[in-house]
Amino acid sequence: MSLLKEKLEAGEFTVTGEIGPPKGIDTHEMAEEIEHLRGKVVAVNVTDIQSAVMRLGSLIVSEHLIREGIEPIFQITCRDRNRLALQTELISAAWVGIENVLALTGDHQALGDHPDAMGVFDLDSVSLLQTITMLMDGKDLAGNDLEGTPTFFPGACVSPGLDPVEPQLLKMEKKIDAGARFFQTQAVYDPKQMEDFMRQAEQFRVPVLAGIVVLKSAGMARFMNNFVAGVFVPDHLIKEIAKYKKLKDQKKKGAEIAGRLIREMKHCCQGAHIMPLGWTDTIDDILAHAEIA
Amino acid sequence: MLVTEEKPLAEVLDRMAGQDAIFIVGCQGCPMGWETGGPEKVAALGASLEGEGKQVVGTCMIDFLCNKALVALKLKRKLAALKQADAILVVSCGVGVQATAAMVDLPCHPALNTISSSGHQGLWPSEERCGQCGECVLSLTGGICPITTCAKSMLNGPCGGSHKGFCEVEPERPCGWYRIYDRLKEQGRLDQLKKLPHIRDFRKMDIPLKQRGSIRWALEVED
Repeated sequence: MSLLKEKLEAGEFTVTGEIGPPKGIDTHEMAEEIEHLRGKVVAVNVTDIQSAVMRLGSLIVSEHLIREGIEPIFQITCRDRNRLALQTELISAAWVGIENVLALTGDHQALGDHPDAMGVFDLDSVSLLQTITMLMDGKDLAGNDLEGTPTFFPGACVSPGLDPVEPQLLKMEKKIDAGARFFQTQAVYDPKQMEDFMRQAEQFRVPVLAGIVVLKSAGMARFMNNFVAGVFVPDHLIKEIAKYKKLKDQKKKGAEIAGRLIREMKHCCQGAHIMPLGWTDTIDDILAHAEIA
Repeated sequence: MLVTEEKPLAEVLDRMAGQDAIFIVGCQGCPMGWETGGPEKVAALGASLEGEGKQVVGTCMIDFLCNKALVALKLKRKLAALKQADAILVVSCGVGVQATAAMVDLPCHPALNTISSSGHQGLWPSEERCGQCGECVLSLTGGICPITTCAKSMLNGPCGGSHKGFCEVEPERPCGWYRIYDRLKEQGRLDQLKKLPHIRDFRKMDIPLKQRGSIRWALEVED
């Protein structure tokens, strides 16, 4: 039984974390990140070939988390696999006890480290959610019976900062109709933006976890503002983090900002999804500043 | 030559639900060669529509519907009839449907599915492209093709990589889905998006052997 599902259905403010598998087979840093998050968050997302940069697989790392006693949220994207491979990965995940699945279309391959690759996109996030729903009904996408019925807790993402936001809401509704039971958002740095978004999204009655990317430096903030669609770091936050040049101080400040954002947004959403991008050792600080009982 | 086949009348009528006054535009290029279009087909389609309770307010044959300038020039002479129309039925490939939709602010419906371009004789497109998917959805997308305008050829709306109307893959590339959204919003037809078929049938791109060659090739074989 998915603890994430249990907490969200009980209406508890729920915090999830995230790890990115390494590019290679040296997993000692990932092992440290896992230890930092152990017991601090309800479940941990495992990214799937994040940003279209080839790396260790999300299914195998999600299974590793299960063996480590940590609940994974298995991210799966449509960029690299057709409907046969996607369904195979999904039932494989169910077989090893993975229930939480975050269904994504995936970043375009042109943005990653193999821009010359063919993008598959046989399905997209909406049709992938439909597929998960069919598998949960004991059928594959072609309507054939499965031997044994997998259990999933399907989720999806939404980007409150995109302008205009109405197409995002239309698509969010499609994702819910297709089976999404929870949402994690793209990084949000403006509580007002989240509030405005939730005012329009709360009609759907599906839990939304606000995306929190720990701010590491002014350079990172500017990079996101220029190159990451739908992410906007306000000037006052850039100035706040720019004062600190030492790693230790940046971590302290980044955690304070992340915690503060959660504290300021928790009245309008059902949880927070913390993406520490390697800075998992800031999790205690973040949670303390967030004042989550 | 673009290879097309006729859509079932039931699908065409379903897409036109609520639109009673129809103007028909036909291409005299490739569909003539494939006998999926041309004046006779357009007349027959008109009769079928009227048999189903629609009113055909006018028709127009254009040599190459892929040529937007020609489309604008020809349709200008039909403005009176177009003003009475609720929608346009376009008997051409996907490029022609998009070219018509770009020139006239009315819902445009394809009468045909485009399944292949074997050679490009007569094809004179501007920015409109046809992906030859074999299950044309232009009725539901404001006459803008999501297969060829979206970098991921997505059928269910924009991804998270689209911002202020542009695609993150190429900074100056307009996001096809925002164009579709804008046009449908202008037309008050955003509800169309919910009708989209969510999952493609890629078999429809696999062209039957008899449709692989051009007519010229077929003549050569018969000789």
